[in-house]
Amino acid sequence: MPKKLVVIGNGMAAGRALDELFERAPGAYEVTIFGAEPRVNYNRIMLSPVLSGEKTYEDILIHDDAWYEAHGITLHRGKPAVTIDRLAKRVIAADGTAAEYDQLIVATGSMPFVVPIPGATLPGVVTYRDLDDVNTMLEAAQGGGRAVVIGGGLLGLEAAAGLKAQGMEVTVLHLMPTLMERQLDPSAGYLLQKAFEDRGIAVRCKANTHAILGETRVTGVRLDDGTEIPADIVVMAVGIRPNAALAKEAGIETNRGVLVGDDMRTSDPDIFSVGECVEHRGLCYGLVAPLYEMAKVVAAQLAGDATAAYTGSVTATKLKVTGIDLFSAGDFSEAMDRQEIVLRDAARGVYKRLVLKENRIVGAVLYGETGDGSWFFDLLRRETDVSELRDTLIFGQSYVGGVPLDPMAAVAALPDDAEICGCNGVCKGRIVQAINDKGLSTVGDVRAHTKASASCGTCTGLVEQVMTLTLGDKFAKSAVEPLCGCTELGHDDVRRLIRAAGLKSIPAVMQELGWKTSCGCAKCRPALNYYLLCDWPEEYEDDGRSRFINERVHANIQKDGTYSVVPRMWGGLTNPRELRAIADVAEKYNIPTVKVTGGQRIDLLGVRKEDLPAVWADLNDAGMVSGHAYAKGLRTVKTCVGKEWCRFGTQDSTGLGVRIERFMWGSWTPAKVKMGVSGCPRNCSEATCKDVGVICVDSGYEIHFAGAAGIHIKGTQVLCKVAGEDECIEVIAALTQLYREQGHYLERMYKWADRVGVDSIRAAVVDDLEKRRDLYGRFVISQRGAQIDPWAERVAGRDAHEFRPMANFTLAEAAE
Amino acid sequence: MSEWIDVGTVDDVPLLGSRVVQAPSGDIAVFKAADGTLFALRDRCPHKGGPLSQGIVHGHSVTCPLHNWVISLDSGEAQGADQGCAHRIPLRVEGGRILLTASALMARAA
Ligand code: SRM
Ligand SMILES: Cc1cc2nc3c(=O)[nH]c(=O)nc-3n(C[C@H](O)[C@H](O)[C@H](O)COP(=O)(O)OP(=O)(O)OC[C@H]3O[C@@H](n4cnc5c(N)ncnc54)[C@H](O)[C@@H]3O)c2cc1C
Ligand code: SF4
Ligand code: FES
Repeated sequence: MPKKLVVIGNGMAAGRALDELFERAPGAYEVTIFGAEPRVNYNRIMLSPVLSGEKTYEDILIHDDAWYEAHGITLHRGKPAVTIDRLAKRVIAADGTAAEYDQLIVATGSMPFVVPIPGATLPGVVTYRDLDDVNTMLEAAQGGGRAVVIGGGLLGLEAAAGLKAQGMEVTVLHLMPTLMERQLDPSAGYLLQKAFEDRGIAVRCKANTHAILGETRVTGVRLDDGTEIPADIVVMAVGIRPNAALAKEAGIETNRGVLVGDDMRTSDPDIFSVGECVEHRGLCYGLVAPLYEMAKVVAAQLAGDATAAYTGSVTATKLKVTGIDLFSAGDFSEAMDRQEIVLRDAARGVYKRLVLKENRIVGAVLYGETGDGSWFFDLLRRETDVSELRDTLIFGQSYVGGVPLDPMAAVAALPDDAEICGCNGVCKGRIVQAINDKGLSTVGDVRAHTKASASCGTCTGLVEQVMTLTLGDKFAKSAVEPLCGCTELGHDDVRRLIRAAGLKSIPAVMQELGWKTSCGCAKCRPALNYYLLCDWPEEYEDDGRSRFINERVHANIQKDGTYSVVPRMWGGLTNPRELRAIADVAEKYNIPTVKVTGGQRIDLLGVRKEDLPAVWADLNDAGMVSGHAYAKGLRTVKTCVGKEWCRFGTQDSTGLGVRIERFMWGSWTPAKVKMGVSGCPRNCSEATCKDVGVICVDSGYEIHFAGAAGIHIKGTQVLCKVAGEDECIEVIAALTQLYREQGHYLERMYKWADRVGVDSIRAAVVDDLEKRRDLYGRFVISQRGAQIDPWAERVAGRDAHEFRPMANFTLAEAAE
Repeated sequence: MSEWIDVGTVDDVPLLGSRVVQAPSGDIAVFKAADGTLFALRDRCPHKGGPLSQGIVHGHSVTCPLHNWVISLDSGEAQGADQGCAHRIPLRVEGGRILLTASALMARAA
């Protein structure tokens, strides 16, 4: 025989508790519900979209008639319970309908609070709690007219937005200085007010309503200061009170609400209470999240799990007004022991504030951009120590390398013609079609067939999402991105195995690591060549055939197949002899363009390939060597004039730049390396957007790193500060060596730093002196064989075949 | 004029590399794959005319030095998503020498 369960109230808490119960213990109870509202259970929090016209009542039903029937529930709709007879264990409704219970749940919710001012009972004054209220408002809005909403909290504002959407002229009156002051700090409250005013809703804060005017119906309101505002309808949304009267009359212990313990039982062990009518550990709630948690416990207890306990909730608020993004959670009042992180972007109307206490988030307010709300809320609830994340915390989850929140939904929403890969102009539809038509299953395949993400790669994540959407579970994103299509191994594994197995040639790597192709491809070969060069500095012989053309012929190929030549100008310094040699070479070989580069040196553009060795010979004669303008290696060290001339210079920045460049040129690195040295924090050499930058100050040298100003603009981070030039150079060399040893081929220094973590780098090259010296030592060894001018080598005859055609028949034709 | 013209020796072309034959019809790139097979293509990438002779040779393919199109040495066709052809030129090896057809060398590309 199932036991008898009676439920008073047919709202959200009751509905959820029953859902949970039927799942845990189907058929265990015979259920009877008394509901004051003449209808089934619906989603109360979605009343605002119904009011604004964005949804209908049918859209927000939670349980339809069929559900009650399926679970054999007797639903007494429109029959408010008026008595709980605890002795007879019976509930009696206003019309006399009665039901006996073994167990009872009181889920009567809360009552809107009506401010007892003159006129408060006039027709036209409505509260905002249930569907009847919404219908009343909709009726009033039919003829346009004017509405006054008393209360600038969540409910009042949603009502105001809804009535405005229905064509009414709306004024919000709020007692406090800013809107939603219990959820928002004044800054966010201000932005919110502006947003409402921008929609044509009048907002009056610090407005105390003195009386509601009208004889037989509402005609307006009068404020304390005498102002009168005409109104056809007045919405009272000033707060709610737990609906505990029925329980109290039955002798159940109540305070503000029905008192319950952690087991959700009231003072009568056969009576539970759940939802807004409850007071638990001194708190009454006005949001759904807590009641969902309570409902679980009630169900578990009813199903016989005596250990189930509710321990309280932390809540977050979101305003459901279309076009206004607002999130608030926790406590954000200021106090001595609290710190805050604030981000403001006035142009976009974004405001974010986090309140921290002992490295934990205790409050969060987000306005204008709320995507990270649930992440912050999660950190808050779990009381996560955020000291590690602190620097970028406010920028949200995607900044700590985590997964952005539900990005799938965003991608799913994209139309077919939305561009996914900007570099190659590939749209979503094309990728989906290629996946379907060609049966593609890896990002590599998609790249090969559509070119999407084949260039700068920033869209790889998007492409993966499109693949997940298209293939579902069939798309298993591999944890490590393979180095290329020739292997399953990622860069790190390949590097590790090269060292561990002592592999010293490209064929050896391909053989031992099971390459899937005979001789690799244009992606893996240059990478392997670099890794071998870096790991076996004095043993490995560079493989020109595995280098891109620029590095093979030591000049930059141009769009017409000619080349550009950039000689080194150490630290940006030059002299008449060098300038004269450049001028002579340009004239002698008819070089069409001579340009000053962005790297403080001179570019000769449009040199014919066959002329390269001769051009280099002349430049060599004037003492110039290759500037490696083509190299994944040290490019430029930009400097400013520094102490020698500049009235602000603190150190010899030019001299230091020259020293660094002379010491480090010729070294191969995973991607290009650019440096800068500035003589003071005015930073005229732009050192803080370089891979490595030095800012000279009176007391020494600030070493910066991991900056860039190309596809991504990245300001540097400070690595450390040192006192002298020698130490400065030692740290920079150690840093570079660590990058050389850990970097993935083509991974700029800032990306490497992001991947391995700035702290691990600092630990190795700053804190651990022994490690620093080892790294420095390895760099010095590798430089021994590296500083040979590649131009001079070729002038001397190396790779001569590169610069000469095998045969020339064009002259023969001319002779004919 | 005989039909096949001697343009150099097999050893003139480095393994996994290429050499250029300049001709009235335009430059011709002669490639040698890892397995020693020789190929000749017009030295013009079907994309934007990049000199394929400057690319990286892998398998029976070459990657263009300008924008990384991969061109098949067997057919001259672009691989993957790209479309276009760097026309293949008939090539013969005889007694260690590389021969190309006269018509390919002399006929100007239209
Ligand atoms: C010549 C020069 C432009 C100029 O006339 O001023 C130049 C020219 C080229 N840059 Fe640059 N960059 C030049 C300074 C810069 C700078 C400014 C600087 O060095 O301070 C930057 C931004 C700083 C940075 O890199 O962080 C810059 C960011 C890039 C990028 C984007 C790199 C990135 O990772 O975001 C590329 C693309 C790449 O390397 O893959 C690039 C690639 C190129 C290439 C190599 C494109 C190519 O593959 O053909 C161009 C070669 C033309 C040639 O034959 O010389 N160039 N390039 C500058 C040569 C400087 C030098 O003396 O060596
Ligand atoms: C317009 C609006 C917007 C909201 N927006 C949000 C939001 O965005 N997020 C959020 O978390 N929360 C929101 N809420 C709050 C949320 O709706 C409530 O927290 C939730 O509905 C409380 O559930 P409950 O079951 O305790 O009370 P209710 O859902 O109110 O259910 C109680 C039911 O009991 C009935 N009842 C009362 N007395 C008796 C009786 N004696 N006999 C029989 N039946 C009785 C009532 O008529 C009512 O149907 C909103 C509320 C409103 C009104
Ligand atoms: S910005 Fe650099 S890569 Fe782009 S066109 Fe100018 S030189 Fe070339
Ligand atoms: S010209 Fe060959 S890929 Fe661009």
